[in-house]
Amino acid sequence: MIDIRNVDKQYRIGQINGTTLQHELQSWWARKQGRDDPNRKLSSKGQYGDLFYALKDINLQIAPGEAVGIIGANGAGKSTLLKLISRITSPTTGTIDIDGRITTMLEVGTGFDGELTGKENIYFNGTLLGMRKEEVDAKIDEIIAFSGLEEFIDTPVKRYSSGMYMKLGFAVAAHLNSEIIIVDEVLAVGDNDFQNKCIRYMKEASSLHGRTVLCVSHNMQQIRKLCTRCVVIDQGHLIFDGDPEEAIRIYLHQSIREELMIDYKDVARPSWLTDQPLFLHSVCFLNHENNLFSDAEKVCIRMVCSAAKDIMGVSLRIEIRDTFDEAIGTFILYDIADLHEGEKKEIVLEYPVKDFADGVYNAVYNFFVRDELGNNLNIENVPGLSFQVKRIRADGELAWDHHYWGNIVLQGAEILQITDADIPLT
Amino acid sequence: MSEHHVHIDANPKRVDLQLRDVWRYRDFVWSYTRTHFAKKYKQTILGPLWLLVNPMINALMNLFVFGMIAGIGTSGIPKLLFYIAGQGIWAFFASIVGACAFTFAANAHLYGKVWFPRLCIPVSYIMTSAAEFLIQMVPFLLCAVYYALTGTYVIRWSGLLLMLLLLPWLGALGLGVGILVSSMTTKYRDLGLLVGLVIRFWMYATPVVYPLSEVRYSFLQKWIRLNPVTAVVELFRHFLFGVGEVSPGMIGYSLVLTVLILAAGIFSFNRIERSFMDTV
Repeated sequence: MIDIRNVDKQYRIGQINGTTLQHELQSWWARKQGRDDPNRKLSSKGQYGDLFYALKDINLQIAPGEAVGIIGANGAGKSTLLKLISRITSPTTGTIDIDGRITTMLEVGTGFDGELTGKENIYFNGTLLGMRKEEVDAKIDEIIAFSGLEEFIDTPVKRYSSGMYMKLGFAVAAHLNSEIIIVDEVLAVGDNDFQNKCIRYMKEASSLHGRTVLCVSHNMQQIRKLCTRCVVIDQGHLIFDGDPEEAIRIYLHQSIREELMIDYKDVARPSWLTDQPLFLHSVCFLNHENNLFSDAEKVCIRMVCSAAKDIMGVSLRIEIRDTFDEAIGTFILYDIADLHEGEKKEIVLEYPVKDFADGVYNAVYNFFVRDELGNNLNIENVPGLSFQVKRIRADGELAWDHHYWGNIVLQGAEILQITDADIPLT
Repeated sequence: MSEHHVHIDANPKRVDLQLRDVWRYRDFVWSYTRTHFAKKYKQTILGPLWLLVNPMINALMNLFVFGMIAGIGTSGIPKLLFYIAGQGIWAFFASIVGACAFTFAANAHLYGKVWFPRLCIPVSYIMTSAAEFLIQMVPFLLCAVYYALTGTYVIRWSGLLLMLLLLPWLGALGLGVGILVSSMTTKYRDLGLLVGLVIRFWMYATPVVYPLSEVRYSFLQKWIRLNPVTAVVELFRHFLFGVGEVSPGMIGYSLVLTVLILAAGIFSFNRIERSFMDTV
């Protein structure tokens, strides 16, 4: 059982503890003299720097046997929450009550020492995680078998591959007698078999053995497979607690931009874009009140751009990505125009959505030119308008499974002929 | 409430020294000590021989500088035995303080990833230093046997067992000082640079390279007696050689101070360990 009540976690940002005694004395002297602190950050208001809440007013009760997922954007406070529960750091206010021993897997193979052999590391890591030596003795064969590293167990782990390292670390952690398992994204690495093994292990731990599992993941598929309950954290606040599907929907929805137009005046360009003779001022959907498109529709947009010098053969790539920022496909338009210095142009274009499966897609607009040898030279790069695709599903059609099927609805496959086969069946 | 209940409060009402947790994790203390010990001498040419070479060179240097050039008396103890013994007991104390002072910085990779009783590591440092001390007593023993066989000087053989009583005492004092410093070095990094210097200064303020009886100025005597390590070192020599200026008052004073320093150390250590991950 885990009971978190009114928990805040506060950090100070900027120069806090002076880091060296010299600075601290300097600051103290300056304050005493009524002068400005020479070590204060320019932006900070108070004497002690800015306060920042990594977590604010968290209340959460978790019963034994529950498998709870924690999702949220980077920096939302997920890992901080796990650190508080696993006693690595303390809350600023509030209380946490935990009944049961905890297995923390913020990292797999904590404290592994390259010089020691696999077996020696099992002992070190096992006792570090709270096992008695006799317990390790009793379980060592099981641990080695679980890791699948029988042949290498007397080899120093510095010769292990990262996958082997992880397998060994997980094998040790998995054999702890504990009532609560805390996992932070450790499953993100490792091959598919290993990931499945881990998921199966945690699933059994919660459903068969009544252990509590808490896990942070950015992989929604893993959350779906494992969790019976899911919380969403956004900027330190717990904004949802309940059904995993609903939680995932809320989380993904947060990351969707629903803009109908973008003004690029203040948008930062990527640092690799050194020469930017073309400037995109704005983009908007044309003839569309939302960003939702269905089968036969086309995304029609209008761009306004200007040139700082003469540019011949301006071309445009529209790179489409999914919500995890994975590239899906790209539209390329070659030689749309020649621009002259100081010229301002309005470009209207459209692209089809018929090949996209249901879902939300982000776009990146990348203008480029080609030199005499045909090499690509980027001249402008900005995030584009996101769009959602909602296909009209005919009766009996399956709901799209992105995880296994991808994001592209491939078209054109046809059955040419079906006849009785007279090949004997073996 | 089960036996594994943990209550975390932002503002704890009572101080929990977590000594019971350290006991529960005693196998980890042991395994950390072994690893730490093995790692220190792996991939060096002489390997564990360094354990003997280093202190012997130190002892011989002290013998040369203080025993021969400065000509400080050793209360009738053969100079070689005097300096090896002094070096051994001081190194035991100094290495505990030195290691404990950097507990947090050196183990952030463990502290930041998994909970275990934070005090386990300083405690393990005592065990490492104790093992090193015992190994360093081997050359001492060889020399003592040599002196005994040649009939020049006979140490008190019972002292070899009695002096073991001093290890927990001096270990506790070193632990107390070390973790007190460690709670400050987490906050102020530059104190870390001072640690080595202060330990060296402390050695000269302790009767290590000279016996207390050789200190002629009475005000210096007074100051050196205020040093809690003085009583331990003098008692150590008293056990081994039967000479040494140590009174029950000095022993009582040092013991009381040891307990106070250890308590203060554990107290501040427990305060710092709650939040040090946010500062390191």
